[in-house]
Amino acid sequence: MSKKDNNQPGDPDTTGHSWDGIEEFNNPLPKWWLWTFYATIVWGIGYTIAYPAWPLIEKATPGFLNYSTRGEVADEIAAVETANEGLNMQLASADLTVLPENTELHNYAVQGGRALFAANCSQCHGSGAAGAVGYPNLLDDDWLWGGDVDTIAYTITHGIRNEQSPDSHWSEMPAFGEILEPEEIETVVSYVQSISGQDHDEALAAAGEEIYLDQCSACHLDNGMGEPSLGAPNLTDAIWLYGGDAETLTETITYSRFGVMPAWSEEYRPGTGLSDAEVNALAAYVHQLGGGQ
Amino acid sequence: MWNYIKISGLGLIALLAAIAANYARDVPYMVHMIIVMLVAAGLFVWTVRRTDEPVGPAPTGYMDDVIRAGVIATAFWGVIGFLAGTFIAAQLAWPALNFEWAQGYANFGRLRPLHTSAVIFAFGGNALICTSFYIVQRTSAARLWGGNLAWFVFWGYQLFIVLAATGYLLGATQSKEYAEPEWYVDLWLTVVWVAYLLVFLGTLLKRKEPHIYVANWFFLSFIVTVAMLHIVNNLSVPVSIFGSRSVQLFAGVQDAMTQWWYGHNAVGFFLTAGFLGMMYYFVPKQAERPVFSYKLSIIHFWALIFLYIWAGPHHLHYTALPDWASTLGMVFSIILWMPSWGGMINGLMTLSGAWDKIRTDPIIRMMVVSIGFYGMSTFEGPMMSIRAVNSLSHYTDWTIGHVHSGALGWNGMITFGALYFLTPRLWNKSGLYSLSLVSWHFWLATIGIVLYAAAMWVTGIMEGLMWREVDAQGFLVNSFADTVAAKFPMYVVRMLGGVLFVAGGIIMCYNLWMTATRGPAKEQATPVMAPAE
Repeated sequence: MSKKDNNQPGDPDTTGHSWDGIEEFNNPLPKWWLWTFYATIVWGIGYTIAYPAWPLIEKATPGFLNYSTRGEVADEIAAVETANEGLNMQLASADLTVLPENTELHNYAVQGGRALFAANCSQCHGSGAAGAVGYPNLLDDDWLWGGDVDTIAYTITHGIRNEQSPDSHWSEMPAFGEILEPEEIETVVSYVQSISGQDHDEALAAAGEEIYLDQCSACHLDNGMGEPSLGAPNLTDAIWLYGGDAETLTETITYSRFGVMPAWSEEYRPGTGLSDAEVNALAAYVHQLGGGQ
Repeated sequence: MWNYIKISGLGLIALLAAIAANYARDVPYMVHMIIVMLVAAGLFVWTVRRTDEPVGPAPTGYMDDVIRAGVIATAFWGVIGFLAGTFIAAQLAWPALNFEWAQGYANFGRLRPLHTSAVIFAFGGNALICTSFYIVQRTSAARLWGGNLAWFVFWGYQLFIVLAATGYLLGATQSKEYAEPEWYVDLWLTVVWVAYLLVFLGTLLKRKEPHIYVANWFFLSFIVTVAMLHIVNNLSVPVSIFGSRSVQLFAGVQDAMTQWWYGHNAVGFFLTAGFLGMMYYFVPKQAERPVFSYKLSIIHFWALIFLYIWAGPHHLHYTALPDWASTLGMVFSIILWMPSWGGMINGLMTLSGAWDKIRTDPIIRMMVVSIGFYGMSTFEGPMMSIRAVNSLSHYTDWTIGHVHSGALGWNGMITFGALYFLTPRLWNKSGLYSLSLVSWHFWLATIGIVLYAAAMWVTGIMEGLMWREVDAQGFLVNSFADTVAAKFPMYVVRMLGGVLFVAGGIIMCYNLWMTATRGPAKEQATPVMAPAE
């Protein structure tokens, strides 16, 4: 069926077939193409001998270069850790109050603290450190247990109301449901709402003031400003750990609250805790978020 | 008799679909069952009205009606897919375009699979089905096998597209890239695809030519392999027969490996082998020259289909995939370089002796650019599969640029060339309505692709470098949001490239429409080559 109508003088031979007028020349494979193809095959064989490649029954051939992607990452991490060894030693024993003056060390602490925060703290305090109900916001200047950098480091090291560290922050608000009548609690709620600038019932609040001064002021102080050494919150600002509405305040006063934060120092968490340098890095990071004192 | 079987079957399907819609556990499933019910009921009425009509003599000659429908569907879905792509490119540049009132339907996450499926499966798939039907008839000198089975393939495939697209908008997805449709849509596509295979194989078997033309090898490998990929990657257990949700059979890294074995070979067999079949017919026809080398076509065909199937793991470098699988994926990808280029050489060298036509024939120009982009992206692909390069390029826009230089450049341009070739012949015209509009389309599309690909190379490499940038103490310098902000200008350029590409597509539709309706008529109908059955 060969038709030569598409051919020109000097063309090579065709295979002799024609499909719908299409013929095919009998040209050989281009040499450069063939040799490049061979070269990639030879290279491929060599590469699979050098690197982990061929699956066998138990495991794959490891390759003579002893390469693995995980090994590559481990080497890179080890190299960075070696390079930062000096900074780590400095940070472990640094005076945190003057840390910002040492630009290099402060940058190391804050950047490292950011990563540590994401890995260890963000589950409760949020990835942006804005907190959640029951988990304090670390961006504002309202601190339950004190917001200077050394206190922050202490809080991270020992935690709050935990059984791990004997030196953890500790205080316990009584469950006033066992002490006061519900009507009395209602008056205290109104009084707390009055000192925090919320809508309230004047008569109830006046009655509640007396009970407040009697039962609550020992920790929250007469003016309601709270006492950081006892972890007693300031009741006059608009910042609430659990909520400032009447229902939540009633629940808080009736049953009390007992928020726990673990101790993070490796002294109290063998194997998974943070080193002194890491605690200091976290403290420096949290302190510079905006609310540090 | 056949009509009575059809009527009872369609009635049963409509009834079952109505029952399924009634018990539907989710909205997409209900909508889909209503669509199926309406289609089956419509066909039921249509068949009833035609039953017992006198049957004319069996048609002879080539079966071109279904190909004409395929040409229209290709152009239609092409423009839909390009528009969707341009809109989501704008959404990436200006997130406010994720309108609040359209959340859950037209936000980026819903529209992105709509775009990819519209261009790959609706535009590309229709192009492959209609050109393969055209080519297999001409190069076998035989009418399509199976009578109206070819029409079943065409309409069945359109139903698959509608079910897939509406499913994405309503949130039915099994979350596998390029394989998003849920279990019942997958089952339907399997039925349609087997019918496609039967039509194609049947036509080859009754061919009048002693040998099978090279284009048909590529089409056959595409049809068979896509069937295998589709079935294995979509193995899943439905949660309920009345719901769209399903659970994948494979889990964890096995699922990821299966997905990218599928995903990469969707590129390899759908977008490469199938489109090489188109190239092997339309380039020699348009250039009116013999194919450069028969030997090269054999060697690169077998090398290509043997090697492609192993290259998938290069999508999973530096993941939970074992290192050995990642090495093999990379090695096979690099050995694949020359077999891919075999197609480029055969395409370009076929034009030797017809180079002057690049000046005069804009369709040849499209084909040359198409083959050029094919060669470029089949070099870029192996390069990006190298582990060290991939550690920079992976998860960046470089991948998006790579895909689009292949999809817009290679698949888009060769399909445009094929549509310009087919339309005058199928509608019996002596030529196109306007060659200068083809030139406009050529330049708009080419500049659009260059803007798109260049923008994505720049942002891709930039964000790759920004992601890995660390300070002297080993800490990351940039947050993810920094890289997003830095990419904004290039996202605008990318969207403009898309606008140019869409504009070219719309010009093409106008030109093809005018060709079919008002093109220069042929002096006399050419005698049909296919002998009577």
